[in-house]
Amino acid sequence: MLRWIVWRDLMLAWRRRADMLSTVFFFVIVVSLFPFGIGPETELLRKIAPGVVWVAALLASMLSLSRMFANDYQDGTLEQLLLTPQPLYLVVLGKTLAHWIVAEVPLVLIAPLVGAQFDLSNETLALLFVSLLVGTPVLSLIGSVGAALTLGLRGGGVLISILVLPLYIPALIFGAGAVEASIMGLSPAPHLYLLGAFAIVSAIFSPWAAAAGLRISLE
Amino acid sequence: MNLYKYASPATFYPLAGKMIPFFAITSAILFAAGLYWGFFIAPTDFQQKDAYRIIFIHVPAAWMAMLLYVLMAAYAGIGWAFNARLSSMMASAIAPTGTLFTLISLVTGALWGKPTWGTYWVWDARMTSTLILFFLFIGFISLQSAIDDPRRADRAGAVLALVGVINVPIIYFSVQWWNTLHQGATIRMLGKPTIAAPMLTALLIMLAACWLYSVAVVLIRLRCIILEREQNASRFAEVGV
Repeated sequence: MLRWIVWRDLMLAWRRRADMLSTVFFFVIVVSLFPFGIGPETELLRKIAPGVVWVAALLASMLSLSRMFANDYQDGTLEQLLLTPQPLYLVVLGKTLAHWIVAEVPLVLIAPLVGAQFDLSNETLALLFVSLLVGTPVLSLIGSVGAALTLGLRGGGVLISILVLPLYIPALIFGAGAVEASIMGLSPAPHLYLLGAFAIVSAIFSPWAAAAGLRISLE
Repeated sequence: MNLYKYASPATFYPLAGKMIPFFAITSAILFAAGLYWGFFIAPTDFQQKDAYRIIFIHVPAAWMAMLLYVLMAAYAGIGWAFNARLSSMMASAIAPTGTLFTLISLVTGALWGKPTWGTYWVWDARMTSTLILFFLFIGFISLQSAIDDPRRADRAGAVLALVGVINVPIIYFSVQWWNTLHQGATIRMLGKPTIAAPMLTALLIMLAACWLYSVAVVLIRLRCIILEREQNASRFAEVGV
């Protein structure tokens, strides 16, 4: 069931490649805007790079969140999924996983390239990649709760960011913190462990809360 | 005596009406007493001079902000789990008061920071987590106001508030570690004296006043919400809504 949901969502996303690409380009553009706003001083840019990349990843993942359930809601598939004997938990987990693969993994892959604009060392770029890889599941998981709660509401896109962004703060702190720690010559491991712990906790609770949210929204 | 009958909005409405004057008047008296005590009786601080006196508003407001969030989530959760309308209405009634206290504690904190720390804002763990609490209150209110159906609004708000409650400790600790990892020693709470007895008295009086004020205001707002939602029920036709 889980595999079927993931596969179906991936196929749907593949048929609409433009959506996926626009998220990636949004990410690249936002990161590239910062040097214009701050000025081209390499020293300063290198210092803010981890935070900038992480914040841009947060914003880019917001873009695709409202689409997580919206299309299925509009054509009625979501109601059918609710009626299946399988637990809704699994359905939500599958859709979250698919969202992560479609919306977040491209960002993770392109992040080292974008980070290179900020003159980061290879080691730091690798760490940026790892911290995003561990941290982005959190964004999809917590985001699924917001997407479920705002399903079918007017102004859902803006509302979802108000609901979800404050809850992203721990992921942002530990994700960017891991990279910053390595820049300052400290071990990034504690940050990554905490980030991983946060990912596991949200993997347990978020699909459950999102399933409850879906039931409420679809009543 | 069956207390459960007050879980019905129709029976709680008149009871709330009777309780409001008591809470409002007591709170006004305590506010007057607490402010007088705080501003005239409590001694001037050795290091901060009179600037510290903002503590008598700041600290009760900050306590109330956190407490009201937990209360709001608890009421919303009970309303969701047991399908208790009044409980959900209570959560919606608490949210604006909680937001107000969060805002008061942020603003008074900034005003207190200027003379003592020399800056309005520091990314200190406590201030940051209070700011996030403010965002969470705003999220709760904006989610509820975006949903037209009150039953759905109640439940969606409950899910959000409960997710927030799980997250608040995580956010609090992450912010604390974030801060201490990067800044080392901060100027936080520098020069704050161990509190003298008269100051503590004033603080506790102000806290009680804020409590009673919250109860009074929440009950008034609750009555409005009951009237709004139950205007079709025959019992409320006589009120003339």
